[in-house]
Amino acid sequence: MTKSLDPRNVTWMALSMALVMLPHVERLPLWISLLAVLVVGWRLYVAWQGMSLPKKWLLLLLVAAASAGIYLSFGTLFGRDSGVALLVVMLTLKLLEMASLRDAMIVIFLSYFGILTEFLYSQTIPTALLMLVGVWVVTATMIGLQWRGGAIRYQDSLRLSLQMLAQATPLMLVLFLLFPRVQGPLWGLPRDAYAGITGLSDSMSPGTLSQLTLSDAVAFRVQFQGAMPKPTQLYWRGPVLWYFDGMSWHMGISFESGAPSYSPGAEAFSYTVTLEPHDKRWLFALDLPAKLAPNSRFTNDFQMLSITPVRQRMRYEMTSHTSYRLGYEGLTSFERRRALQLPEGYNWRARALAQNMRRAARDETDMVDRVLGMFRTQQFFYTLTPPLLGEHPIDEFLFTTRSGFCEHYASAFVFLMRAAGIPARVVTGYQGGELNPVGNYMIVRQSEAHAWAEVWLEDKGWLRVDPTAAVSPLRVESGIAAAIPATDPLPLLIRGDIEWLRQLRFTWDSLANTWNQWVLGYNPERQFWLLSRVGLDRATWQTLATILVATTTLITLMFAFAMLRRLSRRTRDPVAKAYRKFCRKLARRGAPRAPSEGPADYAVRAAAQLPHAAAAIKAISERYIKLRYGRPRGGESVRELKRLVAELKV
Amino acid sequence: MILRLRRFIDTRLFQLRGPQAGPIVLVHRKLYILPTSHGVVYFLVLLLMLAGSVNYTLSLGFVLTFLLAGLGLNGILYTFRNMANLRIAATRPRPVFAGERAQFVLRVENQSSVERFGLEALAPSGEVATFDVPANQETLVAIELPAPARGRLPLGRVTLQTRFPLGLFRAWSYLELDVACIVYPRPESPAQPLPPPLSDHGEGAASLVGNEDFAGLRAYHAGDSPRRIAWKADARGQGLLSKVFSGRAETQLWLDWASLPAHLDREARLSRLTRWVLEADAAECAFGLRLPNQTIEPAAGPGHRSHCLQTLALFERD
Repeated sequence: MTKSLDPRNVTWMALSMALVMLPHVERLPLWISLLAVLVVGWRLYVAWQGMSLPKKWLLLLLVAAASAGIYLSFGTLFGRDSGVALLVVMLTLKLLEMASLRDAMIVIFLSYFGILTEFLYSQTIPTALLMLVGVWVVTATMIGLQWRGGAIRYQDSLRLSLQMLAQATPLMLVLFLLFPRVQGPLWGLPRDAYAGITGLSDSMSPGTLSQLTLSDAVAFRVQFQGAMPKPTQLYWRGPVLWYFDGMSWHMGISFESGAPSYSPGAEAFSYTVTLEPHDKRWLFALDLPAKLAPNSRFTNDFQMLSITPVRQRMRYEMTSHTSYRLGYEGLTSFERRRALQLPEGYNWRARALAQNMRRAARDETDMVDRVLGMFRTQQFFYTLTPPLLGEHPIDEFLFTTRSGFCEHYASAFVFLMRAAGIPARVVTGYQGGELNPVGNYMIVRQSEAHAWAEVWLEDKGWLRVDPTAAVSPLRVESGIAAAIPATDPLPLLIRGDIEWLRQLRFTWDSLANTWNQWVLGYNPERQFWLLSRVGLDRATWQTLATILVATTTLITLMFAFAMLRRLSRRTRDPVAKAYRKFCRKLARRGAPRAPSEGPADYAVRAAAQLPHAAAAIKAISERYIKLRYGRPRGGESVRELKRLVAELKV
Repeated sequence: MILRLRRFIDTRLFQLRGPQAGPIVLVHRKLYILPTSHGVVYFLVLLLMLAGSVNYTLSLGFVLTFLLAGLGLNGILYTFRNMANLRIAATRPRPVFAGERAQFVLRVENQSSVERFGLEALAPSGEVATFDVPANQETLVAIELPAPARGRLPLGRVTLQTRFPLGLFRAWSYLELDVACIVYPRPESPAQPLPPPLSDHGEGAASLVGNEDFAGLRAYHAGDSPRRIAWKADARGQGLLSKVFSGRAETQLWLDWASLPAHLDREARLSRLTRWVLEADAAECAFGLRLPNQTIEPAAGPGHRSHCLQTLALFERD
């Protein structure tokens, strides 16, 4: 068994490993990728030059050095990223130690595991396709390793690998659909498990949202049942920010004590949200949601919070009323204090401006209109790339720079309201959404992140005011792509000016949506829903296991039957068939072919035994030998052989 | 106890009924299949991957794990098919001398349109022969066994096995083919001089060499030495004829068990007689062989030689 490995096998192992590692490269420190390339090159050189593998102590040294390097790069050995780095390093170093078939099989198994780790980062369709190619090549490599009889023909092992994987697909589907799903996690996840997820956060400072706007990542998708709201009604409520420290807005304390007084208007919209994981607890809904999503609760400022952070794609049914009255029964003194909080000692000019305007205004409603009017009529600009602001950001924005993104306007507006004694708060979320005509659903991207304000007026309660709409009505009516000057950087995907690109994008996103709903979002709930659709309403896991085993067995038996039938069916080779017929004819005349006789010997003996047919026997045997063992094989000479056998009379 | 258990397993579980004459067809019930150690590790890795997929809720992890599970199950079928319905026959092995290696040749025939790869024949001695059998063809597989002692050397139980295509499962079958190699006694070394030949009339010694007067031609019989064939006559188209020498017929060499020194035991005597048979044959002279209760009349040629050697090989063995 300890046969040394063929250099061709080693090459294929290196190739399949490269395929598995490739997607990790962009996330790994450069030195690990370089080390991997170096080690693989070294191993290939060793294999093709027929040299001996490096000594054990050298390998141990390399392992120790690489582990130390990973610890230095990541600060730990037990995270998601450092774990993957460790796997990559160990896999490549194992290649250097690989001397026997056993080692090679371990490398193969580690490669399969490496494919799994890629899914920690990305589960998109392109990743799935790339990894499928990876599985194909790794499996072909494994088949090549077993092929120790003749020469290794990789086109054959690639073909066989593809065939076997294709035949494994029905079984995979059955297992995927019916295997009892348990909601993870089973054990603690490393702290960096959900690193790198974009989305809104619990604070807002100048630049936060405009940064987010540069990402065309999907925040969530919405499928409306029935009518759709107008674009100006598409305010998706997210974090509500109360506390201002002079530069940034924070949530402060929010009470998960149930919703405040709320009376919905007549107009209601029903829809299903598929939320991308964002590692935070907000569940987005159209302002204002009329019911709770499962496993969530409302805070007193009407944020909908999930019990646990949203770490998987999540679906929930929702109903919203776009007209409503909220908190009209009055504010508690604590709420009022929070809604009027301002840091002392900053933004003096803005404070003075607010107090002047309040004195001039008839009432609070007039005050709101005056501020919006200021934004509308004076020279304020809406841009993604505003100038940086210094120590008194509101002052600088209102009096000097006068150009900003939604967070600047919302921030300045709430500041002015509070300075004028009107309770106000910042609400962040998303505004707008793009209708995908291909799948007839709405896509809301990170680029649609938005901030607006809510003011509390006596008898009216909390009212939504969007100062950005005053500066740039297009932002709210037509979306961000229309509102931003063409010179500002915007992700290619959300620009609307290239028609075919738009079409392509819609088709692709529709595909991705289906993929998300049915492949990635296939969770215990989906499974039960599917089972109830086929009449298994209260499927226990025992029922599920029974169905699973039965279906698996059935499929396997069907394949076994098909394969073995093909085997036991007599050969379709016409040459062998004709020759067997010839032998049968001669056997009936008392000259059967002995098991040890070759066709030439048999021809001589049979001709001697049946002299009257000697010429025909000789002709048929010669032709058969030529067809069987000779080089070219034409259809004509096969037909000739068949004719001769048919005409043989003994 | 262990022996009895072993016999019970052999007869009941594997249904082995001793060597069978004729070709063996590997029908399904003669084939066994179990995971290899690699196979066990493979499925353990899959369990690990399943746990990882559950923990991180990786839908594609489930897809990958289940695809590989399907692949593994498929591997059972492929490995099984790689051996099923093969037809195996043994050819008659060429005799060898004790101390040499006997070579058994198996003819493995694949009557299906499915190519078979990576088959292994395990000799009882533990040696492995690896081979492929293309579709609709047959492959000759040589298995070598050491032949330490004279007599009949049966092939014994050959294990035919395969791990192809994935190496995760091993399918195997036990072949008990009724085939044996004749092992001639080991020729004595160094050689002792041949006993003196006797004339036809039994009057003392006669020279082995000389006296070979050409006496004429007769029809070729199987077993005549090729050196005696009148090739010129054959070239003239007269067919195969053997030359007959007059002197030869009269000098006769008897290799006699009874005339050997008394201190030699049975095997030593057989060893010496074997050497003498070879030398006499090489010298192309006619010789006879006398063993206790068995006599082979003097003759010459390869047929006679092998007859004598076989008699020596099987002396008091059958």
